[in-house]
Amino acid sequence: MDILNAVVLFGNFVIIPATTYGAQLALGALGITLVFSILRFANFAHGELMSFGAMLTLFLTWYFQDAGIHAGPLPTVLLALPAGILGAIAMALVTERTVYRFYRSQKANSITLAIVSVGVMFVMAGLIRFMIGPDEHVMSDGARFLFKASEFRQATGLREGLAIKTSQVITVGVAVLMVAALFWFLHKTRTGKAMRALSDNPDLALLSGINPDRIVAVTWALTAVLAAVGGALYGLDKTYKPFVFMQLLLPIFASAIVGGIGQPVGAILGGFVIAYSEVILTYAYKKFLTYLVPESWAPEGLVQLLSTDYKFAVSFIILVVVLLIRPTGIIRGKVL
Amino acid sequence: MKRRGILYFAGVLLLLTGVGWMQSWNVAFGILNMCLISAIMALGVNIQWGYAGLFNAGIMGFVALGGLSAVLVSVMPVREAWAIGGGGMAASLLVLAVTVGAIFFIRKRLSSPFRFWAVVLVSLAGFLVMRSLYLPAAELIESINPAQTGFLGGFGLPIIFSWMIGGAVAAGAAWLIGKLSLGLRADYLAIATLGISEIIIAIIKYEEWLTRGVKNVTGLPRPVPYEVDLVEAGWLLDLSQYLGTGLTETASLLVKICYFLLFLGVLAIIMTLSERALKSPWGRMMRAIRDNRDAASAMGKDVTSRHLQAFVLGCAVCGIAGAMLVTLDGQLVPASYFPLRYTFLIWVMVILGGSGNNWGAVLGGCIIWFLWIEAEPLGYWLVHAITFPLEDGYWLKQHLVDNAAQTRLILMGAILLIVMRFAPKGLIPER
Amino acid sequence: MSFLSATGMSGGYGTGPDIIHECDLEVEAGKVAVVVGPNGAGKSTAMKGVFGMIRLREGRVMLDGRDITALSPPERVSAGMAFVPQTGNVFVSMSVQENLEMGAFVREDDITGTMRQVFNLFPVLKDKRKQIAGELSGGQRQQVAIGRALMTEPRLLMLDEPTAGVAPIVMRDLFERIRDITATGVAVLMVEQNARQALEIADRGFVLVQGRNRFTDEGRALLANPEVRRSFLGG
Repeated sequence: MDILNAVVLFGNFVIIPATTYGAQLALGALGITLVFSILRFANFAHGELMSFGAMLTLFLTWYFQDAGIHAGPLPTVLLALPAGILGAIAMALVTERTVYRFYRSQKANSITLAIVSVGVMFVMAGLIRFMIGPDEHVMSDGARFLFKASEFRQATGLREGLAIKTSQVITVGVAVLMVAALFWFLHKTRTGKAMRALSDNPDLALLSGINPDRIVAVTWALTAVLAAVGGALYGLDKTYKPFVFMQLLLPIFASAIVGGIGQPVGAILGGFVIAYSEVILTYAYKKFLTYLVPESWAPEGLVQLLSTDYKFAVSFIILVVVLLIRPTGIIRGKVL
Repeated sequence: MKRRGILYFAGVLLLLTGVGWMQSWNVAFGILNMCLISAIMALGVNIQWGYAGLFNAGIMGFVALGGLSAVLVSVMPVREAWAIGGGGMAASLLVLAVTVGAIFFIRKRLSSPFRFWAVVLVSLAGFLVMRSLYLPAAELIESINPAQTGFLGGFGLPIIFSWMIGGAVAAGAAWLIGKLSLGLRADYLAIATLGISEIIIAIIKYEEWLTRGVKNVTGLPRPVPYEVDLVEAGWLLDLSQYLGTGLTETASLLVKICYFLLFLGVLAIIMTLSERALKSPWGRMMRAIRDNRDAASAMGKDVTSRHLQAFVLGCAVCGIAGAMLVTLDGQLVPASYFPLRYTFLIWVMVILGGSGNNWGAVLGGCIIWFLWIEAEPLGYWLVHAITFPLEDGYWLKQHLVDNAAQTRLILMGAILLIVMRFAPKGLIPER
Repeated sequence: MSFLSATGMSGGYGTGPDIIHECDLEVEAGKVAVVVGPNGAGKSTAMKGVFGMIRLREGRVMLDGRDITALSPPERVSAGMAFVPQTGNVFVSMSVQENLEMGAFVREDDITGTMRQVFNLFPVLKDKRKQIAGELSGGQRQQVAIGRALMTEPRLLMLDEPTAGVAPIVMRDLFERIRDITATGVAVLMVEQNARQALEIADRGFVLVQGRNRFTDEGRALLANPEVRRSFLGG
């Protein structure tokens, strides 16, 4: 019985939050990976693109809430999300047209593009803060829980409860759908294959008559879709805060690199590796161990490897270690 | 080219004089002092990016280490805290040192299949032992008079020493970080340094026994006189009457001028050294490596160790600037360190001024800091002008006015993008 | 006039000096033309000149009587040309079949017939069509590369050293396949290091030296020419 309690405890405080967070990171890392493999630079503005999509979604959510439009038990955010996606796509295409295209025509190196993306990051960050302000906003409404900890306890008779938030189910569900759709697109459609071809061998893609400008535009559009969905899901699960996305950029980069840069599968894997490491390393195991060992062995301290203050640091410790011992990432990525 | 540079600097001075006339001389010197600190940071980044082509996105971390040094040098030691927790801290440091030593030993001596697991095992064991010593010690230290101290304190030395020590601490950290990450390709280096700087900030923010963390350390001693002392001096009264300004205003202006002279001195020294380094064979080789890394390494130049030198020197300069910044503020506020402000803004300075040109870096530092400060009133003015037709109190107008300050981020981004596009060599190009 | 006729080509890379000088190349429909010469003779550059990958300072390229000098490489693909570079000529992370599909990217019509023809020409590719191109042997990769180029059903196929780095026996097989390709009326223009073997299957041969045409004749005639033999074929 105690083993069961321990498992439920672990599930409630480690597996469920880490899976949700991993799905959010994976969506972000996929966007970084797409830009990296087609445009070949580290996009520092990606966090702000996520923020931008989430902000637009939030605006429309407020409008719907005021107008009394609801999605029943589902959060209103889901109704507003398409607009956020469209807005993010527009934003990405505008930056491509006004900023990045020039540097591609100059065949600028990846560092120049990365610095330029810092400029884009500044502009987007300013725009977002100008439009919504620097404050925190709650995005979720509708039914908060799929089932609550108390309901779980009543149903099972266990001492530990297991709660699943609606936002968590939606996050994981939507992320799975997005990833499936992305892989279908990349492997089954003509444009998707052309994207892979351009990423694989740009010169030969050109010889084959693939128009890079079109593929790049598609890439930005896909990146924006992933960013807006990822940003909105993150905001839905936690809250929307403009400055959080700058911090989120770090674990997202880490996920993309740890998994193997330029490899979509790697980005997903990396997202979960980072998320699970963060949660596992900062979880206090006192209660968990108390269930498993005889009473006299019960630990006194929190049995926590790292204080939760260092949550964001974990992703970078992993990143640095991976860069040092296996710079290509878990799935051998392209090091261009 | 030289004339153009002088014109730019004259323009900045003119702007500051304008602020002096229109707003107040106190504000003008306040901005000017921060311009000088920004210029020093920009010089540090210029050594890395301009000389060597290294994309360091972790400037914030080194600036913060300099700031930490200012605290550790100048604050009086908390004897009780040392007595109660000093031993535990020292022991955990010793364990850390032994663990690191053991890892190096294993990496040197053991062969491949066992090595990895031995390293994992030793580091885990070392970590756990260290933690068991460190946690109680930290708790004890933090329990001593938490409202006022709750940390080990510093060495109680004059704060001006911290400028050198801040540089040295940043250099030491840079050496370690550079050793680990300089082999990486350029954009990975940027991401890795960005992450490391976040880790440094996290440590400063959360290791309360060392830094008081988010409780901040305030009231740091000054290298210059205090206003209250100046006000009591008789000659100040005469001076303020002569100038026709208020007594406290004159005092605070005098303090700012003292800082200005100190900062100008430091800038002059660093500038001279940087210019010498740039023109020396070392600087020429650095630029040769930057422009054609492969050719340089084919000619037998040790690229990685040259890069390490530039990285360490640049970070040391940033550390000095960080210590100066905390000295000027008189406090360390760990939660105020954001990459946008302390890393990427410095980048905008260097790129606007002219990568590879020290005068350009100084100019960029001054211009960008001026704009960063003055964009705020400008933003308000602009928003008020645009929303003029709307009546006061209308929600949209209120909202836009509330967030007008954020326009400066847009301005900085626009400057970076425009310079990169239309004048990638910056205002004062590299010769 | 020949099917392809490039006349008086002069040009080089970017703003650098000219690498080829008044160079002429031509090939008839259904024939093989081979460009040989010592290292650094400008063979690959001449090919790039024909395909529009470098800017020609002077000269003209005519395909089937049409002046294509001003066209970009993708436009030349649409005009009926195909080019197989010496290196990086397959998408290594994509399957054989996807490589062929990418070759046909500009086509809007049904490509299954063309793919069948390529598989008939290179039967081994049919068995390996699900395999990732990067995992194939050198000779098989060259087959994928040529197959990819054939997917647009070009009337002129250009090959830059198709046998570089493959075993001699594979080389002979590849040359045979190239002859098979011409049987359908396709003109083939290729650069070769293995001059002797290449000239044996060539209808026409061009010997380039320092960017200029030195000898031009039928393949067998060049092989028989004592001066060519002595200078370029090692006796």
